[in-house]
Amino acid sequence: MSPPDDPPATGFEITVDGVRVPVRPGQTVAAVLLGGGRLATRRTRIEGRPRGVFCGIGTCFDCLVVCNGEPGIRSCLCPVAPGDVIETGAVIETSAVIETGAVIETSAAIVTGSDHG
Amino acid sequence: MADPQIVVVGAGPAGLAAALAAADGGAGVTVVDLGALPGGQYLRQPAVAGLPPARHSAAANRLLDRTRNHPRITFLTGHQVWQATTEAIPHLDNRGGPGFTLRLLGPTGPVTLHPSALVLAPGGHDRVVPFPGWDLPGVVTAGAAQSLAKGQGVLVGRRVLVAGTGPFLLTVADGLAAAGAEVVGVVEASRTSRWGRHLGAIAGTPGKVGEAVRYLGSLRRRRIPIWSGEAVTMVEPYGDRLRATLRRVDAGWRPAAVTRAVAVDAVCVGHGFTPSVELAVALGCATHHDPADGSLVVSVDDSQASTVPGVFVAGEATGVGGADLARYEGTLAGLAVLHRIGRLDTTAFGRAAGPLRRRIARQRRFATALHKVYPVPDGWTHWLRKDTVLCRCEEVTVGRTRSDITAYGIDDLRALKLVTRIGMGRCQGRMCGRAAACLLGQVSGRPQPLDTFANRHIAMPVPLGTVAEEGTTP
Repeated sequence: MSPPDDPPATGFEITVDGVRVPVRPGQTVAAVLLGGGRLATRRTRIEGRPRGVFCGIGTCFDCLVVCNGEPGIRSCLCPVAPGDVIETGAVIETSAVIETGAVIETSAAIVTGSDHG
Repeated sequence: MADPQIVVVGAGPAGLAAALAAADGGAGVTVVDLGALPGGQYLRQPAVAGLPPARHSAAANRLLDRTRNHPRITFLTGHQVWQATTEAIPHLDNRGGPGFTLRLLGPTGPVTLHPSALVLAPGGHDRVVPFPGWDLPGVVTAGAAQSLAKGQGVLVGRRVLVAGTGPFLLTVADGLAAAGAEVVGVVEASRTSRWGRHLGAIAGTPGKVGEAVRYLGSLRRRRIPIWSGEAVTMVEPYGDRLRATLRRVDAGWRPAAVTRAVAVDAVCVGHGFTPSVELAVALGCATHHDPADGSLVVSVDDSQASTVPGVFVAGEATGVGGADLARYEGTLAGLAVLHRIGRLDTTAFGRAAGPLRRRIARQRRFATALHKVYPVPDGWTHWLRKDTVLCRCEEVTVGRTRSDITAYGIDDLRALKLVTRIGMGRCQGRMCGRAAACLLGQVSGRPQPLDTFANRHIAMPVPLGTVAEEGTTP
């Protein structure tokens, strides 16, 4: 198995906050948003402050969007696919762990694996 | 499977070099990487059609070409390793020792791998020390700006400022300008005249000097000023834009008078790099603080072997030193794996390892000099305000952190985490951990070890269902 040599060229459309946007294969959601001049992707849980791309490589979890109804998607890593529906500006739970390792959220639960017992 | 399975984590210069060395020696290798294409951050390839091909050195291009269609290399791109454990898997290991379990999350769901030898080449990420406004949209890491330009053909802003410390800023500024951005200036907190004290290290790596001279020449031609001895100490919203305030800083990075205020669309910041050590720590590999820059790094011997038999580590995770060093360490790690699984005898390994070790030593000497010329001293804490966000995920401010440290008499990172929630969010302390340790060290008067935040039995946040699910084994 080997990775693709050349990215395909034919474009398609996705929906960003209800608006149809033309995109190219291989683009990430973050690149589409930035290309459209949109810096903020979500709002923080406590202060409601806007956040956007920061590290750009999937480490900081700041550039989260809702992708096809799924919250907490890292837009910098997420390649666009035909028919994608992206929502920005949502408040996305960024913390869902209690320190014994049990998880307290439901559908949006994530596990960050603390070392505390 | 005829071969003991070798897994390389990371498809940057170190990981690709390790995979190539092991595969050329006849072993089957699986390379796992989070990115959509091999290359990692340094050798990032355009992911979108029509972008100009990235300019890499001949040696780097050879790595990409040779690994791309290698009959014994399998790539699992777009896969995140979220857990690594050591387990006894006797049938997979010809030495009767432990094997390893890696749990991955990829585009088609969870995957589980059971290698008998591992090369960890996870690289690192940009380090950014906090300042008021570092959480605003439009403030990005230098690496983010570069990867968006190189891989996606997108600018983070039309008019940008590049700030922080280190030669990487020159690369980023030049790359952004070449991609069409108006780069207002490069803000370099260090005074690069310090290079004069490290001529020996420079002489050992003439290629590096040529590279720096080329970038400086390019910036001069583009009329991009370099403001050295200054730092961006605050960024504020400014209409639709951002306004960055620059101050002069002393050698310890204590801020002094304001030198200028610049209106831009984006501020690209980098204060060196943070090595990714979480998987190695999870496997029980010993770590230490790199004396060169204070980062937490994985301890390895002169064959890139960690303290856990069968786990080899190469690249930034053993100490930040750049792509050439990573490549040499990767090749050595690949050969060491071959030696371990009995595909390379001790004499042949020794013969191949000698020249690599000398190159590694030379590159390491240069890296050490680089860290001395571009240090990150603690004076930056003086430009923080009470309302500056320290932990971005949990929105914990500097004021809250300082008052909790005093009120609860906190003097270790673990307690700080439990009381304030710093490091409990999704980034797991990768963005703010070192800054929090620095702040705590200043208030408590005791230097803080960095291993608290690196110790995770789940190395990256994953959906709950993934933890419960049994991954497919390819």
